[in-house]
Amino acid sequence: MSEQKAYLLLANGQVFEGKSFGVTGTTIGEVVFATGMTGYQETLTDPSYYGQIAVQTFPLNGNYGTNSSDYESPKCWLKGYIVREWCEVPSNFRCEGTIDAFLKANGVIGLYGIDTRQLTRVIRESGVMNGMITTEDVFAKKEELLMQIQAYEIKDAVKTVSTKEKQIYTVEEPKHHVVMMDFGYKRHILQHLKNRNCNVTVVPYNTTAEEILALRPDGVMLTNGPGNPAENTEVIQTLQQLIAQKIPMFGICLGHQLTALANGGETVKLKYGHRGGNQPVKELKTGRVYVTSQNHGYAVVGDSIDPNIGTMSHWNVNDKTCEGVEYKNAPVFTVQFHPEACGGPRDTSYLFDRFMDLMDKEGK
Amino acid sequence: MPLRADIKKVLVIGSGPIVIGQAAEFDYAGTQACRALKEEGLEVVLVNSNPATIMTDKAMADKIYIEPLNLDVVKRIIEMEQPDSVLSTLGGQTGLTLSMQLAKEGFLEAHNVKLLGANPETIDKAEDRQIFKDTMLRIGEPCIPSKVVETVEDALAYAEEIQYPVIVRPAFTLGGSGGGIAYNPEELHEIAENGLRLSPITQVLIEKNISGWKEIEFEVIRDSNSNIITVCSMENFDPVGVHTGDSIVVAPAVTLSDKEYQMLRSAALNIVQALEVEGGCNCQFALHPDSFEYAVIEVNPRVSRSSALASKATGYPIAKVATKIAIGYTLDEIVNAVTGNTYACFEPAIDYIVVKFPRWPFDKFVYAKRTLGTQMKATGEVMAIGTSFEQAMMKAVRSIELKLDTFNLPKLQMLSDSDVVKLLSRCDDERSFVVYEALKRNVEIDQIHEITKIDKWFLAKMNNLVKMERKLVKKELTPELYLEAKKMGFLDKTIERLSGESVPEKRYASYKMVDTCAAEFKAETPYFYSTFDDENEAAEFLEEHQSDKKKIIVFGSGPIRIGQGIEFDYCSVHCVWALKEEGYEAIIINNNPETVSTDFDTSDRLYFDPLTPEDVASVIATEKPWGAIVQFGGQTAISLTKYLEQAGVRILGTSAKSIDEAEDRESFDELLQKCQIPRPEGKTVFQLDEALKAAKVLGYPVLLRPSYVLGGQNMIIAHSDADVEEYMNIILATGIENPVLIDKYMMGIEVEVDAICDGTDYLIPGIMEHIERAGIHSGDSISVYPAQRLTEENKQTIIEYTGRLAKALQVIGLVNIQYVIHNGEVYVIEVNPRSSRTVPYISKVTNVSMVDLATKIMLGATLKGMGYETGVHPVGDYVAVKVPVFSFEKLHSVDTMLGPEMKSTGEVLGIAKTFDEALYKGLIAAGYKIKHEGGVLMSVRDKDKEEIFPIAQKLEKMGFKLYGTKGTAAYFNNYGLHVEPVNKISEPGADNVLDLLESGKVDYVISTSSKGRQPMREGVRIRRKAVERSIACLTAIDTAKVLVDCIGMNESIQDVDLVDITQI
Repeated sequence: MSEQKAYLLLANGQVFEGKSFGVTGTTIGEVVFATGMTGYQETLTDPSYYGQIAVQTFPLNGNYGTNSSDYESPKCWLKGYIVREWCEVPSNFRCEGTIDAFLKANGVIGLYGIDTRQLTRVIRESGVMNGMITTEDVFAKKEELLMQIQAYEIKDAVKTVSTKEKQIYTVEEPKHHVVMMDFGYKRHILQHLKNRNCNVTVVPYNTTAEEILALRPDGVMLTNGPGNPAENTEVIQTLQQLIAQKIPMFGICLGHQLTALANGGETVKLKYGHRGGNQPVKELKTGRVYVTSQNHGYAVVGDSIDPNIGTMSHWNVNDKTCEGVEYKNAPVFTVQFHPEACGGPRDTSYLFDRFMDLMDKEGK
Repeated sequence: MPLRADIKKVLVIGSGPIVIGQAAEFDYAGTQACRALKEEGLEVVLVNSNPATIMTDKAMADKIYIEPLNLDVVKRIIEMEQPDSVLSTLGGQTGLTLSMQLAKEGFLEAHNVKLLGANPETIDKAEDRQIFKDTMLRIGEPCIPSKVVETVEDALAYAEEIQYPVIVRPAFTLGGSGGGIAYNPEELHEIAENGLRLSPITQVLIEKNISGWKEIEFEVIRDSNSNIITVCSMENFDPVGVHTGDSIVVAPAVTLSDKEYQMLRSAALNIVQALEVEGGCNCQFALHPDSFEYAVIEVNPRVSRSSALASKATGYPIAKVATKIAIGYTLDEIVNAVTGNTYACFEPAIDYIVVKFPRWPFDKFVYAKRTLGTQMKATGEVMAIGTSFEQAMMKAVRSIELKLDTFNLPKLQMLSDSDVVKLLSRCDDERSFVVYEALKRNVEIDQIHEITKIDKWFLAKMNNLVKMERKLVKKELTPELYLEAKKMGFLDKTIERLSGESVPEKRYASYKMVDTCAAEFKAETPYFYSTFDDENEAAEFLEEHQSDKKKIIVFGSGPIRIGQGIEFDYCSVHCVWALKEEGYEAIIINNNPETVSTDFDTSDRLYFDPLTPEDVASVIATEKPWGAIVQFGGQTAISLTKYLEQAGVRILGTSAKSIDEAEDRESFDELLQKCQIPRPEGKTVFQLDEALKAAKVLGYPVLLRPSYVLGGQNMIIAHSDADVEEYMNIILATGIENPVLIDKYMMGIEVEVDAICDGTDYLIPGIMEHIERAGIHSGDSISVYPAQRLTEENKQTIIEYTGRLAKALQVIGLVNIQYVIHNGEVYVIEVNPRSSRTVPYISKVTNVSMVDLATKIMLGATLKGMGYETGVHPVGDYVAVKVPVFSFEKLHSVDTMLGPEMKSTGEVLGIAKTFDEALYKGLIAAGYKIKHEGGVLMSVRDKDKEEIFPIAQKLEKMGFKLYGTKGTAAYFNNYGLHVEPVNKISEPGADNVLDLLESGKVDYVISTSSKGRQPMREGVRIRRKAVERSIACLTAIDTAKVLVDCIGMNESIQDVDLVDITQI
């Protein structure tokens, strides 16, 4: 195990000294914590983490190593990765390597050996903040570094992570054709659609409504993705046009937020977001509570949507934030959490079935 | 849904005596349940035969019946009390089975009683092997290839089909009683036969052996609205094949990728939804280590040992939430008590790792078969929380109280490398130590994995401990290395021993909070564990919650073991309550996840950590307590006295000096002389030859025991030099620090007294008398309050002696004294200046809250001030008989013959207006069947024959057929009693004594033998056979006598008075 020292310098000036893994160097990002006890590989490859430094609250990471079949996207989008301990001798029948090797292959800077609970508590109390991981000395030029850190902003997030080219996925006996607007999709969203006999055309985020309609989709899937939703003005307009066409749509995470914005709603940045696989969400119609997988820093303001346009369908049992909207002006529903799971619980995968039903009904 | 309006009065059924497989966890669950019900303003009626429990405390329920847990009794209670509901899922298998019987008979419906927590269909789906399999098949959850059979022949036939080895699991038995793995038809024949007999419905499951697969558990909670969550996942260090109660278990599961984890989690939810459980449910899976193949092993639709562990591991109060669900609430309505601002409908995220380590009784049962399989053998367990697996393991190993602070087991160090490798394939309680030894000998991880099937993840982590040990031995002890070792869980003492250097700059532990949410939300729960990080959340907590109250640490009693059971948790918890009531802040340190004391809302602050001086020192450094109390945590806490005194901590109550005076033989002798109190003559020895010489001087029989013992650990009565030799060899092999005591054995009535003293006055709530004469450990004796056979003079002497001793020892608080009355004279056998096993029961029957009073006295109150006179408390209207309960069917090769070494795991109480009725109730509650016809086999040593004679005569008069081994039969026949002679095992010819026992003709066995306890001895084999055949076996004349008297009384459970002890 490497003994090279590495530091985390937070925007508030606090320094954590640990050791380096992954690659060495310096990186700046928004520091967020994730509470999942498994699923670090999914975290490492989830495009929604673009621009961020993720801290795992579970102290032992990399226990089952990494394997190429559990990636949610082809690469790691994180700016940095922080764990208390990473496992040198992982054990699992699918293990292909350690997380250290993974970070190295992806050029990601890692920090281990710090008190991740202490760091989590700082973020919980102060809210998400920027930070820098570096294998250089942080003390000599601290003020200068702090200015750099404080100036950091996640920009062009969706643009960066979205596919540049159209991708076409076909299944043997297709029932539906879904166009998936890629804001930084997790592979398992695609997988769920394919498993339900959908041909899927993944299109770049900036594909216009006309181009999408020209593909003659039965429905449109709006994916998860990183960054501040309000930044994506172009996409919001596209969504407005699609809504007017009354095309069935299902939005997840950023897709949910963008749909709300397209319908005149508002989004707000949460103090420290929801990242983990244990968030309780109540389906308001039935009173049923589901345990969900989540990864988001922004949320839709529940009462910002005109009740004639859409109603809140789900909320978070802990903080009552909006977790889903059912629209009245179009066959559209969206959720903040991740029904595709990976990592996290699969309890809400039935929502994909609901999307199929919606396409069945509208398509007739 | 909120509280159901049709629930006003609830009957809670407890789990009865502590036995292996059903232990203190159900007191914890039951206590939480009672509190949850009372919190809702419901009237609670409780029935439980176990008097050592907190749940049978007057504060816990409105009506409390300490009565036998059988169908007739529960029915009568329902008729008397007319509850509108019965809560079935909090009292272990006992409570569940009773509830189901009541429901299935239609009794509940006929009496308008609702069954809460589970319905019969759910239970059948989970517990009836065939219905369970069918249900799993229907919902697409894979089961292990298996078949339910009802005969040995069918078992053999099916085993041929699926091939050996096969696992045998009897239906509806506790802790897997009667199960096992069979590798060939002969073994299967034996195990299946035994299992079929033990199963109340004569069913066993024959199952494909999947040992070597990973064993994964999920604790699931579901409510009436189908909301469903998993509280915790757990992974067994030992792969499938070892009962989970005997496995080292970690939480959460660590070697599963998210894909495997979610696959099993979804399966667990799927199962619990199909079963429609409303409350807690445990799901056990086997997972193929090299594929996604899995199988459901078992589902327990109730709170269990695993759910207690999951509760303590996460902070999520499963029993409480399950109770709230049972009375109508849904998960999203129940507030998460840990954070205070989130809800019970979420899954805990933890940011540490938990290790559970079993505590086995093999240090006491030296001849027991130590191998582990599907039948649980551990009596208790410890839990350790750490930020790394290594740290948690190191905490665990020093918490099990086997005098270890690493995984180095001294006896393995003598073995050759090849012997160590050979030992790896033996799956017993020492396996983790053998693994460690193998790693030290540089055996490859791959090879160890190949043999043990223990996942390489665990082996690599164990190897990290080995590496650290090497570093400490070889490298200079720099501050960096020191800190690294501390983070891995090494004690300073260990570090110094290994490195030969003193620690650079001593570091005390800091503390982290258990908050159910990995710090995502601010929590208010004062539940902490130690780490070696900079931030100290306990100190922060103290800063934020400053109070003027004085802080007092109460030490818990650690893992449940024979001799130190749940009664000490009862005492610790009561002490905490008394402290709080008196306006102090009470702090608990303990490591046992099965207990009420480790519930986060029992004390003001809970430190879940080991109880070694060093671990305790760190708590003291953070808390800076005003004082500490050691009297209530059994020997575990008492052992801390010396350290606390050196550390300058104020010990409340009896001083360290007095404690030592009572335990040290020489000063104790001096004290007795000074008080002019006689005791049996005795000597102190270290060596075999000294022992033999001393025995000769004293004259046989003599009593041998190590000083500083608990529960008569390693104590025997020696009748000959051979006995002394056998004993000394065993003792010397384990290495002794303290001398062995040899006393003259004096036969007579044994009397026990618990007293409360304030330095001036003393109060004896009651004098207890043992049915069995001295020589049988007090914990294994039937104990009667008030004493029935003592003369007034004896009583006065005992009261007088007790007062004298208490004063001389300057006891402040509790003291337990044992006496023997030999030829009319009173002798002192033992003085324990601490709480004892009998405190809970005597408190309940005399209405003197002993721990409460003792605690207040330690804080400065006086007995007079609290309204008590000095001397003995007036005797009440009731007689109470405490009867011990054993777990012999779980422990192969253990001799059941009672002696000075304690063997019982639990106890029950019979309370009635008369002695006869109380005894009857006690025996029934302990599981004795009172039969009025049948056969009795007698095989007794010569010196007992005369005394057995009248007992045999009585039995014959009552119509029992008598059998005897040749010597015994000949003796009785000589005196005109017809006893049919039976061949001994060693004698040629068919129909020997074992065949007779097999034949089913024998209902009671009376067996005493003069020789040692080796499993091959004739007497031991007869007694073991009786255990296997579930035949009551009496090994003491006195027990036999009272049982026969009881048979003669013609009592019936329908006639006895049921006593609500809140009315005493």
